[in-house]
Amino acid sequence: MSDTTRIGGDVLPARRNGARRERARLVAMALLPVLGAIVLSGLVLLALGVNPVSYYGYVLDRGLLNPYGLQATLTRTGPLLLIAAGLIVAFRAGIWNLGGDGQFLLAAVIVAALGPLLAPALPVWLVLLAGLAVGALVGAAWSVLPALLKAYQGVNEIITTLMMTFLGVSFANVLVKLAFRDPATTVPQTRTLAVADRLPRLFDTTVSSGLLIGLVAIVAVHLLMTRTAFGLKLRIVGANPRAAIHAGLNVPLLTMATFAISAGLAGLAGAVEIMGVQGNVRADWNPAYSLTVVPLVFLARFNGFASIAFVFLFSVLSIGGESAARRTGVPNFFTLVVVAILLIMLGITEYLDQRRRAAGK
Amino acid sequence: MTQTPNAAPMPPHPIVALDQVTKRFPGVVANDRVSFELWPGEVHVLLGENGAGKSTLVGMLSGLQLPDEGGVLVEGREVRIASPARALELGIGTVFQHSMLVPSLSVVDNMALGGPWWSRPDRAGVARRMAAVCAEIGVAIDPEARVGSLSLGEQQQVEIVRALMRGSRVLILDEATAMLTPKGAEDLGALMGRLTRLGIAVVFITHKLNEALAFGHRITVLRLGRKVGEIAPERLVALGPAAATAEIVRLMFGTHAGTEAAGGPPRARPAGAPLLDIEGLAVDDASVPVAGIDLSVAPGEIVGLAGIDGNGQKQFAEALAGQRRLAAGRIRLGGEAIERLDVGGRRERGLRYVTDDRLGEGTVGSFPISLNLLLKQVGEAPFWRHGIEQPEAIATHARRLVGEYDVRTPGIETAIGKLSGGNIQKALLARELSGQARAVIFAKPTYGLDVQNIRATRQRIREAADRGLAVILISTDLEEVLELSDRVAVMSRGRIVGVVDNNAEARSRVGELMSGVTA
Amino acid sequence: MSGLFTEAFLTSLVLGALTAGLPLMLAGLGEQISEKAGVLNIGIEGMMLFGAYLGFLVAYATGSVWLGFLGGGLGGMLVAAPMALFCIRMGLSQIVIGIALTLGAEGLTALLHHFQFAQSYPRLPAVETLAIPGLSAIPVIGPALFDRPPIVYLAVLAVAATAYVFRSTQLGLALQAAGDKPAALDAAGVDVVRVRTFAVFSTGFLAGIGGAFMSQVGAGIFVPFMTNGAGFIGIVLAMQARGRPLWVLAGALLFGACLSATTALQVAGVSIPTDVIQMLPFAAVLMVLVLFGRRASLPPALGTHYVRGAR
Repeated sequence: MSDTTRIGGDVLPARRNGARRERARLVAMALLPVLGAIVLSGLVLLALGVNPVSYYGYVLDRGLLNPYGLQATLTRTGPLLLIAAGLIVAFRAGIWNLGGDGQFLLAAVIVAALGPLLAPALPVWLVLLAGLAVGALVGAAWSVLPALLKAYQGVNEIITTLMMTFLGVSFANVLVKLAFRDPATTVPQTRTLAVADRLPRLFDTTVSSGLLIGLVAIVAVHLLMTRTAFGLKLRIVGANPRAAIHAGLNVPLLTMATFAISAGLAGLAGAVEIMGVQGNVRADWNPAYSLTVVPLVFLARFNGFASIAFVFLFSVLSIGGESAARRTGVPNFFTLVVVAILLIMLGITEYLDQRRRAAGK
Repeated sequence: MTQTPNAAPMPPHPIVALDQVTKRFPGVVANDRVSFELWPGEVHVLLGENGAGKSTLVGMLSGLQLPDEGGVLVEGREVRIASPARALELGIGTVFQHSMLVPSLSVVDNMALGGPWWSRPDRAGVARRMAAVCAEIGVAIDPEARVGSLSLGEQQQVEIVRALMRGSRVLILDEATAMLTPKGAEDLGALMGRLTRLGIAVVFITHKLNEALAFGHRITVLRLGRKVGEIAPERLVALGPAAATAEIVRLMFGTHAGTEAAGGPPRARPAGAPLLDIEGLAVDDASVPVAGIDLSVAPGEIVGLAGIDGNGQKQFAEALAGQRRLAAGRIRLGGEAIERLDVGGRRERGLRYVTDDRLGEGTVGSFPISLNLLLKQVGEAPFWRHGIEQPEAIATHARRLVGEYDVRTPGIETAIGKLSGGNIQKALLARELSGQARAVIFAKPTYGLDVQNIRATRQRIREAADRGLAVILISTDLEEVLELSDRVAVMSRGRIVGVVDNNAEARSRVGELMSGVTA
Repeated sequence: MSGLFTEAFLTSLVLGALTAGLPLMLAGLGEQISEKAGVLNIGIEGMMLFGAYLGFLVAYATGSVWLGFLGGGLGGMLVAAPMALFCIRMGLSQIVIGIALTLGAEGLTALLHHFQFAQSYPRLPAVETLAIPGLSAIPVIGPALFDRPPIVYLAVLAVAATAYVFRSTQLGLALQAAGDKPAALDAAGVDVVRVRTFAVFSTGFLAGIGGAFMSQVGAGIFVPFMTNGAGFIGIVLAMQARGRPLWVLAGALLFGACLSATTALQVAGVSIPTDVIQMLPFAAVLMVLVLFGRRASLPPALGTHYVRGAR
């Protein structure tokens, strides 16, 4: 079923000819769904008896305008950017890595266990470096099985990565409850990394330097995919696997590499979240970031810079939504609804655009 | 061979008629004011090259497409054939070039398909009626066989029987002989004869002239979307085979093409040690295993590889190019063994492969032309340095090749999938023939191209040989093989069954080899 | 450990397997219909969840178990409707829309639950069982299998019915053709879009009832995110069963046994964290994929949009 799950080929806009009109079209195609989603989700709020204007006003205030909110938003952006970077690599290479949540969580748990263990023995920078490296490795390791099955057996990766996510989430819980449990607490959780041993904050703010790591990663991934021979090879595999074989590319090996990079970045996101924000992992903690970042990356058409904008927007919504939950009584499950509507609006926009272009020909 | 129609007195209206129909697709007018009449009891051949508009015409008769302008008449009444179901209701049954049967279902289940949802398929009844139709037209089919296990010829018979069982009085056979062996094609011709005797009207679509003359009562020739001529049954009989052939060639290729298509200037017979030497090559393959291929090609020589499609040519070409594992055998290029090298290694040493599947594997349709021209050199200097793309070098290279090979495109950044088939082929030729090429495999190089591009492509192949390259030309078009080759090898069921020098007797010798007569 | 295999333990194991396995079976059966027709239905998790919510809501409001199940089926179909519209009619990516529907159903049910029941957390009364005379007297399996709510018997009948439809009706042939060679089905005069739409709605209905079973029979309460991947297990069950409904039943019971083993072990006095047990089905699935991955056959047209006359 190789053809069934291809991810819409490559979407590089033409570089010079009509570039401006093309760009305007892409911007419109990205913004229309956002507007539509805001309006539709506003209607959902109305139906629930909440004033959407005051809700969104509060979300904007607490997620963007208020300095503490903005700092929290920027901190949240870091790990999400890493996940987005991983998804961009996978999707451009035609791989549906839907296992990001398992890769993220397992890396988070192991880093959370490792950090407090290493902290007394090593200098801070080395602990942080080791944590980041281990996070990336754990994430990548959790994708080895789907990668092998996809590369050498042709087994559909959607199914296997989802299975690995469920397996990973449960396994992470087992680790927290049985292996890495902090004996000093009653609630099962790992030992806590001291604030002094965490990723440094940026300047005088509370923004974690995880944001920088995320920005660097997503820009690097963008350049990797658009400017290098390796990125081009991955894109060829993604856009037309048979052409890749015809051109003599080692498709299984490139598939393995795609999985490793994509899952490694998800794992890195887990490490950044732990060492920058949480400090520990409580039992049954699972923010399920990966599946919610999927739509954002689609909205950005796998473009790194556009992804930064959408991830930031989502962070505003999610941080603001968490504050709003306490204040307005709308639980932050609401962001899930917004993301779902956004994704469907994206699909409709795409469909209308195709019809418009077909009619214009 | 030409027969007179066996119909009783002519009815007042043709059973199906197209009146000045026009059908446009983005960028092309596939059918331009085409008229077409079909009378009961005759085989009406629709003749034309690939891209002449035959498939579109069939699509409008069988309910896959609606005409933009003009009308469709069934027995004199204007109708709108909006779906295949409607076509069936009107008594028009179609056997498409690609099988329209469900491989995982049995023959009866395929035939029963399409009844009310909650009803049980009447398997016994279907089998009974099937047996009756089979007896009437003289074919034998096992009703319980899974369709996927039948040969293509048998699947075609199943489709014909099914169309008749549904009460079709019109049977459209779209490129029905393309996938068949010569024997299979002959059987189909005989079957068509029996069908017309039962009063059925047959539309037989083909691009092969000899079949048109052998099986048809009336011949309509299409060229570039237009109907350029029709030969009525009386005239066809009156002309006789030789004059009819001349007339059809004139219609199909225009007035000038006839002389030029008769073959290029005789080329000096190349000599010398073989440049490409293949010994005992074998490929494991589920459908057509290839074995025992011995072939050597001298510099400047064109060896044609003739044969019916699907006799292992693709497997052979892919194994040679390095896309498939060899089960056994040796390949030497200029004396060096290359069978252990991968695609890139073989290409580096000068082995090139022009695939026939231009959009499926030859190119990435959504990528710009410039990158498609470098598809097999990703990462190589000077286009990439330390893995970083060098846009200037890539653009210069692309502009040079686009100019040299006359690729008509708005720009080098245009997605290659937006170009016409002829221009995509030019880009592929540019990619494979430029640089340090020493031996080239062409797979069906003119398949699906128009006359101009066919001519241009054949010229490129000749030039490649004149430059001293060793050329293997795989083609299912015997005329093409005979026109270009120095020697002709014939492939059948995964083996080379004979190699003949291209001289006066070549045509008949190759024909014998292709139809399985080995001497 | 000799005390492990007491009658109480075995009964609770079989009973648990059935209770946990039945929703999986309904999901797998539903997914199988979609897959047969060439639709990869990732939204099934959302369909189950919405079915669980609506089933609970209706049963709570009306006090009728049967209306509850009907509501559950309708809930699943409500989520199936956008899938049919966007993927089958408009041809959007089945995976992207599937993810969207699952996320949306998760968010929406959690939201609605919060506004309606977060203060009270009402429970439904236990569902009445129907003992089958004679069979229910058999030790161990009798009370576990033959003294169950009537919906259980109906669900098992649904497996047989589906097998019958696949094998012996025009609909079955049409579904098979829609997944194997849609163009052939179209040429035979059957509307591919309609067949696939039917398949997606059937999936929604069955998955919705599966979800309602979880909330009404399994838990007696609706909890946000309560399906917890059951829909995805259904996808795997359908894949591994390769078009045979009976295999879905067998696989679902096996998974159910894994899932319920914790409770059974607790009855027997052995304590293992639920997480370990919850890993078992997924580990088993992956094991199966590792061993038989190459052989997991899927319809050729799975996940592709059908466009008439496309070349």
